[in-house]
Amino acid sequence: MLSVAQPTSTWYLVLSAVLFGIGTVGVMVRRNPLIMFMCIELMLNAVNLSFVALSSQIANIDGQVAVFFVLVVAAAEVVVGLGIIVSIMRRRTTLTVDDMSGLKG
Amino acid sequence: MVIAATLDGPSIPWVELIPILSLLAGTCFLLIVGSLVPTWPRRGYAWVTGISTTVAIVANAVKWNNLYYNKGETFFADAIAIDRFSVLASITICLAVILGALMMSAYLARMNADGPELYALLLTAAIGALVMVSANDLIVLFLGLETLSLSLYLLAASNRDREQSQESGLKYFILGGFSSAFFLYGVALIFGSTGSTKISGIGEALSGNISLINADAMLLVGIGMLLVGLGFKVSAAPFHVWTPDVYEGAPTPVTAFMASAGKVAAFAALMRVLLVGLEQRVDDWRPVVWALAILTVFTGSILAVVQTNVKRMLAYSSISHAGFILVGLEAAGHMRGDGVASSMNYLAIYTVLVMGSFAIVLAMSGNTDGDTNLSDFKGLAKRRPALALAFTVLLFAQAGVPLTAGFVAKFAVIKSAVEANSYVLAVAAMVAAVIGAYLYLRIAVSMWLEEPESDSEITIDPAVVIVIAIAVVATLIVGFFPELLLHATRLARFAPR
Repeated sequence: MLSVAQPTSTWYLVLSAVLFGIGTVGVMVRRNPLIMFMCIELMLNAVNLSFVALSSQIANIDGQVAVFFVLVVAAAEVVVGLGIIVSIMRRRTTLTVDDMSGLKG
Repeated sequence: MVIAATLDGPSIPWVELIPILSLLAGTCFLLIVGSLVPTWPRRGYAWVTGISTTVAIVANAVKWNNLYYNKGETFFADAIAIDRFSVLASITICLAVILGALMMSAYLARMNADGPELYALLLTAAIGALVMVSANDLIVLFLGLETLSLSLYLLAASNRDREQSQESGLKYFILGGFSSAFFLYGVALIFGSTGSTKISGIGEALSGNISLINADAMLLVGIGMLLVGLGFKVSAAPFHVWTPDVYEGAPTPVTAFMASAGKVAAFAALMRVLLVGLEQRVDDWRPVVWALAILTVFTGSILAVVQTNVKRMLAYSSISHAGFILVGLEAAGHMRGDGVASSMNYLAIYTVLVMGSFAIVLAMSGNTDGDTNLSDFKGLAKRRPALALAFTVLLFAQAGVPLTAGFVAKFAVIKSAVEANSYVLAVAAMVAAVIGAYLYLRIAVSMWLEEPESDSEITIDPAVVIVIAIAVVATLIVGFFPELLLHATRLARFAPR
C-alpha cells in the first residue's frame, strides 16, 4: 500500500511561517493601501494558524481561545482601516502610498 | 443547558475595575447623551471626560494606599495584575487624558467642530492603555494594545480638512497593524514553547518547574518578535520611522496624547513582560535592549538636529526620550539598582513635559493646526514673552538642565545604569543628551534672539493656559524636590507570581 505522510503540527507551523513571511513581504513591497491591509490580515491569520497548531500540539486549549480574540481584533481593524482609507479616497480618485508623501523631513 | 450550568467563570472583583469602568461610563455617556442632546454647554464634553478620568485617578489613589502592606494581586484567573506598578502607570495615563482633554477642547473650539466623538475616542484609548499596564496575560495585553491603537489611528486621522492628518492616520494604521502582527506572532511562539500566555505562567515555566515543550529556538524567536512589536509601539530605533510623520500630521492634542499615554502604556507592558515573564531569560533579551537603547538615544538626538518643523523636532526628541527609558530598562535587567523605579520616574516626568510642550505648539499652530515650522516660533519672546518663557523652561527640562524635572529623570536612569555596571550605556546616554541639547537650545535661540516674522495676534485658549501652567509648575516642583516622585516610583513593584 502506498504510504502517505500524515500532516503533523510542524507542517502547519511551517505553513504559517511561510504565510507570515508572504504577508510581511507584501506589506513592504506593495504600494496600494488596500493590498497592504490585506497582507496585514494575512499575517494575523498566519498567527491564528500557529496558535491552533501549537494548541493541538501541546494539548492546551488556550491557544484556540486566543484565535477568537484575534479574529475580533482583526474585524475591528477592518472597520477602522477601511474607514480611514474611504475618507482619504473621498479627496482623490486613485490611491497609492506614494501619493501619501506630504510628511517627510 | 447542562453544559452552561457546569461552566464556572472566574469571580469578578468589580471594585478593582473601577478606573476602567469609570472611563467606560464616561465614553458611553458621551456617545449616547451626546447623540440625543444636540447642543451641549460650552466645554461640556471635556467636563464629562475630565470627571470620569478624575474618578479613575481617585480610585487608583485609594488602591495605591491599600497596597501599602502587600505587593499586589492578580485577578480574573491571573489575567489582570493590580500592583503599585500598574497603579502608578494608570495614574500617569489618566493625567495625560485630563491634559489631553483640555487641549482637545481648545483645539475643537478653534476649529469650530466641538463634538463628543474625539473625547470618546480619547477615553477608549485610555481604557486600552489601562488594560495594557495591568495585563498579566499576553492576550489581554494584545486586546488592550489594539483598543489603544485603534482609537489612536482614528484620532490621528480625525482632522478631515487637513490632508496631513489623514496621511498620518493611514501611515500609523499600516505600520501599527504590521507591528501588532509581529507582537502576536511572538505571543504564539512563546505560548508554543512555554504552554502559557499568562505572563506569570511564562515566568514559572521558564524558571524550570516545567520543562520547555518546544525547542529553545522557538522561544528565542518569540521573544524577538515580541520585542519588535513593542519596539514599534514605544518607537525605539530602528522601528521609529513612523513617529515623526505621525506626530507631525496628527492634530496637536492627539500627538501629545499618543506621545505620552501611548508610550507609558507600551513601556509599562514591555517592562512587565520582560521583567516578570522573561525574568529567567534576562541574558537573552538584555543585549537586545542594550543595542536598542544606544541606537534610539543617538537616532533621536542626531536626526532632530536637521529638522525644521517644531512638531517633528519634538517627535525626534520623544524618540530620544524612549532611548533613555530603555537605558533604565536595561539597568532593571541586571536585577539590582533602581532600574524600574527610574524608568517609571522618567515616564511620569516625560508625560508632563511632552504635554506642556505640545500645548505650546497647539497655542502657536494657528487656525489650520499647521503653523508649526521653526520660523513660526521666531521672536516669540517679543510677541508673547510668557509663552516663550514657559516653552524655554519645558525645553530646558527636556534637555536635562538641573533644577528642572528633566534633570531628575535623566539623572535617575543614568544613575541606575551606573549602579548596574552598564557604564557604556550610561556614557552613551550622556553624550546623546549633550547632542540633544542642541535641538532644544536651537528652538530657544530662535524664540529669544531672532526677530519675529509676523506680528499677528496669538490668541491662547484658557484651557491651554491651564495645561502649560500645570506642566511648568510640575516641572519646577519636581526639579526642586525630586524625592517626591522618586520615593513614589521606588514603591512601584510588580505583583508576585
